Amino acid sequence: MNKNSILKRWGRGIIKNKKASFGLYFVSSLIGLSIFGPLFTLDPTAFLGAPLSPPSLEHFFGTNGQGQDVLSQTIAGARQTLLVAFTTGFFVVIIGAFIGGAAGYYGGKVDDFLSLIINVFLVMPGLPLMVILASWLPPGPLTLAGVLILTGWAWNARVIRSQMMSLKGRDFVLAAIISGESNSRIIFVEIMPRILSLLASSFIGASVYAIGAQVGLEFLGLGDVSTVSWGTNLYWASNDLALLTGSWWTFVPTGLSIALISFSLTLINFGIDEVTNPRLISEKNWKKELPDNTLNNGVTPVVRKNV
Amino acid sequence: MSNSLQYLIRRLGFYSIAAWAALTLNFFIPRLMPGDPAAIIFARFRGKLTPEAMIALRETFGLTDGPLLLQYFSYIKSMFKGDLGVSIAYFPEPVANIISTGLLWTIFLAGTSLVISFIIGTLLGAIISWKRGGRLDSFLPPSLAFIGAFPYFWLAMLSLYIFGFKLEWFPLRHAYSDDVTVGLNIPFIFSSIYHAILPATTMILVSLGGWMLSMRNTMLTTLGSDYITLARAKGLSSWVVMLKYAARNAILPNFTGFGMALGFVLSGALLTEIIFSYPGQGYLLLQAVRSQDFPLMQGLFMTITLAVLAANWFVDIAILFLDPRTRK
Repeated sequence: MNKNSILKRWGRGIIKNKKASFGLYFVSSLIGLSIFGPLFTLDPTAFLGAPLSPPSLEHFFGTNGQGQDVLSQTIAGARQTLLVAFTTGFFVVIIGAFIGGAAGYYGGKVDDFLSLIINVFLVMPGLPLMVILASWLPPGPLTLAGVLILTGWAWNARVIRSQMMSLKGRDFVLAAIISGESNSRIIFVEIMPRILSLLASSFIGASVYAIGAQVGLEFLGLGDVSTVSWGTNLYWASNDLALLTGSWWTFVPTGLSIALISFSLTLINFGIDEVTNPRLISEKNWKKELPDNTLNNGVTPVVRKNV
Repeated sequence: MSNSLQYLIRRLGFYSIAAWAALTLNFFIPRLMPGDPAAIIFARFRGKLTPEAMIALRETFGLTDGPLLLQYFSYIKSMFKGDLGVSIAYFPEPVANIISTGLLWTIFLAGTSLVISFIIGTLLGAIISWKRGGRLDSFLPPSLAFIGAFPYFWLAMLSLYIFGFKLEWFPLRHAYSDDVTVGLNIPFIFSSIYHAILPATTMILVSLGGWMLSMRNTMLTTLGSDYITLARAKGLSSWVVMLKYAARNAILPNFTGFGMALGFVLSGALLTEIIFSYPGQGYLLLQAVRSQDFPLMQGLFMTITLAVLAANWFVDIAILFLDPRTRK
C-alpha cells in the first residue's frame, strides 16, 4: 500500500468518524467566525452602553465593565487567542520533532544529553517560569507564543523520541541504512511520513495546551491588556469585579468558547487515534463479528480482516 | 538494596541538575532581556531604599559591575544562604519570609486536592475499564474530558459565582474566617477546611479525567494478562480481581505520571488560589505580577520548582517500594 492511499484512507476515516467530524465542524466554524466574525460585529473596544448591563436585545451578551459589547469581544478575542495557540502548536511540533527525533534516532551520547534537557524542562513547573519570562518581555502575542513554545516543547519531544526509537529498529530503516541513504533522508523521507498521525495529534494537543496556558497568563495580566483576546476578556472581568457584582455574562461566554474549542480539538485527537491506530481499527472490526462481551476481558485481537 | 540506593542517588543527581538549571535560568533570564535588569528592578525601588540597602540588594542578585562569572557566583552564594532578596510589593519584608507564610497554604490546598483527585480518578479508571463499553465507560470519559477543557481558574470563577455569591453556601475569599485565632484549635481547623472545599472541588473536577483515562488504558492491557484469567478461574470475586490483582499492577504508570503532573496541576492551583483570594503562592504570584515585583516572582519560581523536584524524588522513593522490578 503506498503512502497516498494510506493518507486517503485516513482522510475518509476521519470524516466518517463521529467524534472527529463533530470536532472538525466546531473547530472550523470557530476559526471561520474568528476570521470573518469581526466584520459583522460591533467595535469590540468602543464604549457602547452602560457598563455591566445584563444581556438584552441591544447587546445579546450584555456589556462589560468598560461598557464594551461582550459578544463582539468574545468573537474578536478568538482571533488572537487561536492565532497564538496554533502558532505555538506548530513550533512545538517542529522543535519536538527535531530534538526528540534526533535523540531517538542517534541514541547513545546524543540521546543522553538531549533527554537530560527534555527531562529538566518537563519537571520544571510551567506557570512560574512563564510568568518570569513574560514579565521581562514587552507584553503582546509574540511574547506569549515565545514563552509558550519555550515551556511546552519538551513533552512533545519526549513522545516523538520514544516513537523514533521504536521505528529505528524496523526493517525498512535498516534497509535504508544499508542502501546508503543519508541520515537526514532517512529521518525526513523514510520515518517522518510514518509518524504523520502522531505529529498531527501532537500539534492539536500542543494547541490545546497553548490555549489554556495563554489564557492563564493573560488572566494574570501578563498579556497586552489593551488588545482583545479571550485571556484579556477574563482579566478585565476579574479586574472589574464581575463576581462581586454578579455580572456572570462578562466571563461565561469566553469560558464556554475556550472549553468548546479545547474539547473539539481533543475530540479530533480521539478521532485521529481511532482511525490511524491499527489496534483500535482491528478491535472495531472484531466487535462487529462478536456482538457479545467477549472482548471485555481486555484481549485485543491483532489480526485485521477486510479493511 | 545497593541497586535501589544507586537508583535513588542517580535520580537525586538528576534533580540537582534540574535545580541548577532553574537557578541558572533565574539568573540569566533578566540579563538576556532587552534593557538593563538592574535599572528596571531598582527603578521600582526608587525612594524606598537607603544607598546601603541598595548595595546589599545588588549583591543578592549579583547585579554588580563585576564580570558575569563573579556576578553568577555571588548570586548562587546568596541563594544557598536562602537569601532571596527584598520584596517590592511588601517592602521592606524579605522575599523568603513572605513566601514561607504562603507555602503552607498552597501545600495544604493543592496537595489535598491532588491526592484526592488521584485516588478518585484512579479508582474510577479501574472501575470503568472493568466494564468496558458499559454505561459508565461511555458516559464518564467524555464528560470529564469536557470539564477538563475548561481552564481551572474559569471553573473556579463559575463555582465561586454560583456557590459563593448566589447560593452563599461557601465563603467568597480567604483561607479562614476573621473570627478564629490561627493555631491548632478546632474552630480554626474547621474554618480552614470549610474555606478549602470550593477551591479544592474545582481543582479535583478538572484534573480527575486525566488520572481516570490513563488508569483505564493501563488497566485494559493488564486485564488481558494470564494471571487475571487465572484469578477469575479461581472463582475470586470481581472486586478482588479488579483491585487486588489488576489495579495493583496497573497503578504504577499512574504513579510515575503523578510526579510529572505535579508541576502542571500546581500551575492550575496557583490560578485557582487567585480567584478565591487564597493566601498561598498563587495569590503572591498575582501580587508580584501586578506590582512588577521581580525579586518576589523569581523567589516564587525557585521555591515552587524546588518543591516540585522534592515531591518528584519522594514519588521515586514510593515507586521503589511499590514496584519490585525497580529493586532488583
